[in-house]
This record gives sequence, structure tokens and C-alpha cells, in this order.
Amino acid sequence: MASSNRRSSYSRKAQYGVFTGYVLAGIGALVGAVLLGLSLWRPASFNGPRGIAQEAVSPVGEASTTVRVEGQGLIDSIAGYLRAGSQNAKLKREVDVARIRLAEAKALEQENNRLKALLNLSEGANKPVAITRFLGSTASSSRRFAYIGAGSRDGVAVGMPVRSERGVVGRILEVSPNTARVLLLTDSQSVLPVRRANDEVVAFAEGRGDGLLQIRLINLGVNPLKKGDVMVTSGTGGYYSPGIAVAIVDQIVDDGAVARMISDPAATDFVTIERIWQPEALDAARRPADQPLQGSEAAIEAASGAE
Amino acid sequence: MDQVNPKARSDEYGSRINRAHSPVLFYAVPYLTILLGSILPTLPIASALPLIPPMGFIILLAWRMIRPGLFPVWVGFPLGMFDDLFSGQPFGSAIMLWSISMIVFDILEARFPWRSFAQDWLTLGLGIAAYLLIGAVLSGAPLTLPGLIALAPQILLSFMIYPMVVRVIARLDRLRLKRIRVIG
Repeated sequence: MASSNRRSSYSRKAQYGVFTGYVLAGIGALVGAVLLGLSLWRPASFNGPRGIAQEAVSPVGEASTTVRVEGQGLIDSIAGYLRAGSQNAKLKREVDVARIRLAEAKALEQENNRLKALLNLSEGANKPVAITRFLGSTASSSRRFAYIGAGSRDGVAVGMPVRSERGVVGRILEVSPNTARVLLLTDSQSVLPVRRANDEVVAFAEGRGDGLLQIRLINLGVNPLKKGDVMVTSGTGGYYSPGIAVAIVDQIVDDGAVARMISDPAATDFVTIERIWQPEALDAARRPADQPLQGSEAAIEAASGAE
Repeated sequence: MDQVNPKARSDEYGSRINRAHSPVLFYAVPYLTILLGSILPTLPIASALPLIPPMGFIILLAWRMIRPGLFPVWVGFPLGMFDDLFSGQPFGSAIMLWSISMIVFDILEARFPWRSFAQDWLTLGLGIAAYLLIGAVLSGAPLTLPGLIALAPQILLSFMIYPMVVRVIARLDRLRLKRIRVIG
């Protein structure tokens, strides 16, 4: 391989040119270091330019998502065709069982509605803000962010939970008019309060940065978790409404478990953005303990008026 | 008289008679491929772990290996700034790392002027591994052991993909220098 013309002859002008190049490169590195320090110190500093850049490529992202999803669908349908006979019989059996379960679920739903009416809870309070597609993710960086095709114009705001039909995917970190950036559950800065689906074992699900989640039990002692346990959101913290599937336990460790995400972003196409479940709780968490909560008197009055 | 060999008056980029390089292709192709490479990893898959090689950086280094004098040394600043908009790293990380690696690769080149392909491949592999590790340290997230282990497949993939990228870039280099402009 040949080398570049670094030894630039006896021409003064060419020598100065090379020297200036190095000085500029050095200044570039220094400016980069300063900007990096600034964005580590204040992570939201450069949201504007990033948002504009993401808006610019979002049509490409939408096209590539369509291709990705249809590609997966094609492979699925070929595989389905090959296994049609045995699958048909199996599905018939499953449908029979599912019918029974559906009837049971209807009964439960009725009971649920009755109990909710008793408690005076409003139904359908958590309608999704927007339904949109994954445009892509930062697949080459060790931070786990994804981009979605809805933004502040659709009513999306920072902090809102993002879920797919399987379970929680993450929550909104940055919003621009037509796109938004999502902090995925597997990012190592993501922490989510969870509980075991069938009882009240509470824990935190933390991203490990390698695609798995670390389940840390809050009550230490005998580790009650077993392989295959499903963890759902507990509603603590106020961001996510309770009972959404999060992860499935894969491996037991001393202080909890290592779990896999149920809603793997790679297999996710459409996501819904929901309202923050309990904005009051977030407000309360941010406020110092000696200050009264905004609207707490009104809430108490409303509660007493309803009785 | 024998017929003149029709290839006699052309080189690998086309006929040399009344044809010249297109200035648009000449300058645009390298920069456009790097910019595309920066956007590329965000598109195909929303993976739960970092997997796709940093294509913008690899393409920049591949161009640098094929045409050492093509880019000015300070080019890491503007190209890195563009990469930062899409990579998900904190803004400034690519500006700094790309600028530094341009200087480092220039110094390496002055130290070892004549290299084999294997040597270039190894240099670039180590460069990418260092880039990804430093990138993970500077990513603003707490550094965890599983997170570092998860970098291994990405580093390996980047290492394996390099010969392929160099081939593609070499093809694009021929496109860049195609004699398509008609003179006179």
C-alpha cells in the first residue's frame, strides 16, 4: 500500500498546508472532547440537532421497517406452510382450551368491572396517545435507544411508556415534532419496578447493556424466583400502569435473576405510546417532603364528594 | 496494417481520449458513502444489544487505507459530527474519536510506509476494538461486565466485515474515477 504524501517537498506553502491540517485536526479533537463533556454533563444539550436529523431520515426508516416486517412475515408464512398439517391439529386443540379460558376471562372481566364500579375507578383512562412504528435503533452504539415515528405533534411527551402488544419496550426520552427517541429496557440506565406475575415478589428490572435484564429483589433473603417466572410491571414509580409483561426469568443468581425481555425490540413492529400512569406520583417524587402537593386538596375534595 | 488494440487508448477508468473524471463523482462519492454508513446501523434492526459494526467509521478508515491522501486530516470533525447525530452516543464522542484516529492513523502510516493487506486489516481491527471500547466507556451509561462482554460479537463482526468493505470501497473508487465527462 502506498502512503499519503506526508513529506510534502521543499515547498514552504505545502509544508504549512500539512501543518495546518494537523493543527485543525487537533482542534477538532479538543472541540469534540469539550462537546462530549458537555453532553455527558447535560444529556439533553443536543436534542435539537439530533431531532432534526432523525426527522430527516424518518421516511427511510419507515420504508426499511416495512421491508423488515414483511421479510419476517414471508419467512413465517413459508415455515407455516411446511408445518401446516401437524400445526392445524395442535391449533384446534389449543382453540378448544382457549374458548374455555375466554369464557372464564369474561366472567373475571365482569367481576372486575363490578369491583371497579364499587371503587369508583374510571374505565379506559389509559387510552394510547399514539400508535406508531419502530423506525430503527442505535444498533452500533452500546447505548440502547430506538426511534419511533410519532412525536410532539401526536401528543407524545417525555417519560411516556412505550409498549408493544407483548409488553413493555421502554419509555420516551426525547421528543421532536414527528419522531421520538425511546430508552429501551435493556439500556444500562433503565430501571423499572416489577413484580412476579402470580404473587407479590417485588423487584427492580435493570438493563445490563447486553440485551438481558437483571432482576434485583427488594426483599433480600431466600431467593423465591424460579426459571420461567414472568415479571410484570408493578406500577410503583408512576410511569407504567401495573400488570404489563416485562421479562421472563432465565437464570437465577444470588440477589435475584437474569431475565429476558418478553417484548424483544427486534421482533417488534408497531408500538403504542401510553400516558404516564400516575403523573401525580411523579410530581410527588420530585417535590421535597415538606412542600404540599399540587392539587392534593382538590383530589381529596373530589374523593369525599364521590362518597 | 493490423487493427489497433481497442483498449490501447484507455486505462482502467475508461477511454483517455476526450474523456475526463467527473468532479462531482470525484468529490462526492467518498463523503456520501461515509454519511450513508453513519445512518445505516440505525435502520435495519432494532436489536436489544449492540451488534452492528460502526459502518461510518469503518468506511472512513477503508477509504483512508485505499486512498491515503484523499481526506484532509481534520475531516474527522465534520464527519464525526454527522455520525454523532445518529449513533446514540453522547454528542461529541465521534467528533473526538474520529479526529484522534485520523491523526493516529497518519502517524502510523508515516512510521510504516509499506504495509501488507494483513497488516492494514490488523491495524484497523485493533482500531475498531479500541473505538468501541472507548465509546462504551464514554457512553454515559454505567459500565458493567456483561455490557463489556456484549461488545465482543460486535468487535468480531467489525473485524470480519473489513475485507468486504474494502472490496466495496475499491469498486466505488473505480466509479469515482470513471472517465465520464466529455471534453470538447
